[in-house]
Amino acid sequence: MPDSRWNILLLRLGALLLALIFTFLILLAVGAQPFSVFGDIVGGALGSSSRFSNVLSAWVPLVLVSAGLLITFSAGLWNIGIEGQIMLGAIFTTGAIRLLQETALPPALVLALAIIAGMLGGALWASLAGVMKTFGGVNEIFGGLGLNFVSTSISLWLIFGPWKRPGVASMSGTEPFDEAFRLATFQGLRLSPWALLLGIAAVILVYFLLRGTYFGLRLKAVGKNPRASYILGIPTWQHMMLAFFLCGALGGLAGAVQVTAVYHRLIPAISSGYGYMGLMIGMLVNFHPVWAAPVALFFAALNIGSIQLPILHKLDSSLAGVLQGVLVLFVLLAEGIRQKYFNRKAASS
Amino acid sequence: MTNETLLIGLAGVFVSAAPILFAVIGETFSERAGVINLSLNGTILLSAMASFAVAVETNNLLAGFLTGALVGALVAAVVAFSSISLKLSQVAIGFVLAITCRDLAYFLGNGYMGAMGPRLGLLPIPGLGDLPIVGTLFFRHDLLTYLSFFLIFAAWAYIFRTRPGLMLRGIGEKPASAFVRGADVKRLRYLYVIAGGALIGLAGPMYSLSVKAGWKGTISGLDGIGWIALAITIFGGWNPLRAAFGAYLFAILQWLGLVLQPVLPGIPSQVLQVAPFPLMILTLLLVNIGDTEWVARMLAALPETTRHRLENLIRTLQAKPPASLGTPFESD
Repeated sequence: MPDSRWNILLLRLGALLLALIFTFLILLAVGAQPFSVFGDIVGGALGSSSRFSNVLSAWVPLVLVSAGLLITFSAGLWNIGIEGQIMLGAIFTTGAIRLLQETALPPALVLALAIIAGMLGGALWASLAGVMKTFGGVNEIFGGLGLNFVSTSISLWLIFGPWKRPGVASMSGTEPFDEAFRLATFQGLRLSPWALLLGIAAVILVYFLLRGTYFGLRLKAVGKNPRASYILGIPTWQHMMLAFFLCGALGGLAGAVQVTAVYHRLIPAISSGYGYMGLMIGMLVNFHPVWAAPVALFFAALNIGSIQLPILHKLDSSLAGVLQGVLVLFVLLAEGIRQKYFNRKAASS
Repeated sequence: MTNETLLIGLAGVFVSAAPILFAVIGETFSERAGVINLSLNGTILLSAMASFAVAVETNNLLAGFLTGALVGALVAAVVAFSSISLKLSQVAIGFVLAITCRDLAYFLGNGYMGAMGPRLGLLPIPGLGDLPIVGTLFFRHDLLTYLSFFLIFAAWAYIFRTRPGLMLRGIGEKPASAFVRGADVKRLRYLYVIAGGALIGLAGPMYSLSVKAGWKGTISGLDGIGWIALAITIFGGWNPLRAAFGAYLFAILQWLGLVLQPVLPGIPSQVLQVAPFPLMILTLLLVNIGDTEWVARMLAALPETTRHRLENLIRTLQAKPPASLGTPFESD
């Protein structure tokens, strides 16, 4: 059905156009010059190689999170706790480096162990939401939100308590690591090739997991109809738990990358809202892994591009979030309208 | 701590719980009708910002509060249209709106950061306000705090003691039966979701024009309140009385966080401020755990008397959602 696929693509582009018009209008409403603002966002994201490398370093955690969320979405789960899973990943990574940096182990090994610790931290935190769902009857949305608040408390407690900087504790985070315990970056840029590789590997792995394995197929069956899958002999809750675990591991990896490649320390807002953005990306790509990477790149570009808005235009940088949000909203609405008003015609013709 | 500070602190609990109560009762109406409005966190921020901006521009408090209700109703109308008419996932739409409205509030409110605006004044009730203890606790608040007391009982009486309330419960529990008995399910759902949205929207100006007067962008301290209100709705078992208990419990925990600050110097203040959030949501575990299979099996294995006692305990904690919550209704 190439015809309907084109229709869907057209609808997406129409939604993008509407989202741009909406953003245009609110820019007019606050008295800004929309074209100049849009131009500066594009320039801020693509204007130089160092800016584009910043886009790519934002893309890595975003695509890791999105890839993970595609697994839970496939299992019909709304893993809103992803923010906390990123944070726990960052906390475990920081903890591992703090623990091992004084030892005789080679720094590269310490880094590798720390990243694995981060993945484990995220996976454990996600499993907690999974346990609350399967054994506590708590909807994963509320369990996840609760755990997000808990993880914020834990990181604040660590930053202001046991891990506080010598001298004065502050919102700027823990003491930065030595050069040896940071992921290497490209010459003169802030982008780490290792992080980039991890992001690309995760997308490919998740693509094959969901598209090419029986596990992926069973996961989708559980997501579509848990009861029917259970009757057909698929161990339902085990699959859900595994989906949580894998998604949490990727979320934790995103946190580990934020610590080892971007901030080189633990800061209070280490997740940068990437978890919620990942959920939006998952909805936008309608849970198709192929599109996750380019859409994540688009979102990352918007985020990086609007960083300079407060300086250049005295506007809040949350404009990027507005554009992303209305885009997802219009895509969902367009899809609903298509199914309600146009599907009947398509079926009869 | 002197008795006086204790008394003023407790009176403050009623004030700071008032906006949460409006949001929780609005959400209760929406969910009783069968529609989850997950947008609360964004709605409250956007309505807080918009009503503050309008109140600053017009120097009119009433215009501010009406703006808040209008914003809440509009966001709820989007939720209603997409879930009732388009049958989209209520979780998806609600989540997107929660995020988008939040960013929209931060973006549009940028020009009003730290602006001076009007603030709802206190309205002590003559006579009653002068009573010892009771006067300070209940009768020296602003108009909306009094309204929040009234709202608890009015909402409870409406849902459980009137005919339209019976119909409301019907369209959330068994829409098909309500439809057969003459209820226009879709129209009623629209009505309750939008009216509930207006109540939720009022929570915004209650913060920005009263409890936490002003607009301070990301440091307004309102981010997260909406998620808490959603949790309290479940904790409250879709019953305004029990929801009020939840809202006051949350406000007391927040107040204790402030009061205990000097007593517990080892714990950073940032931790105590967010402490009630996880506590509140973890109580959901208690509310829900009785529904699960393994608990039932474990209970069956216990000796008779212990089992009865535990079963009673679980039943009082437990809350059952409206049976058709989250599912669209098709009349044919």
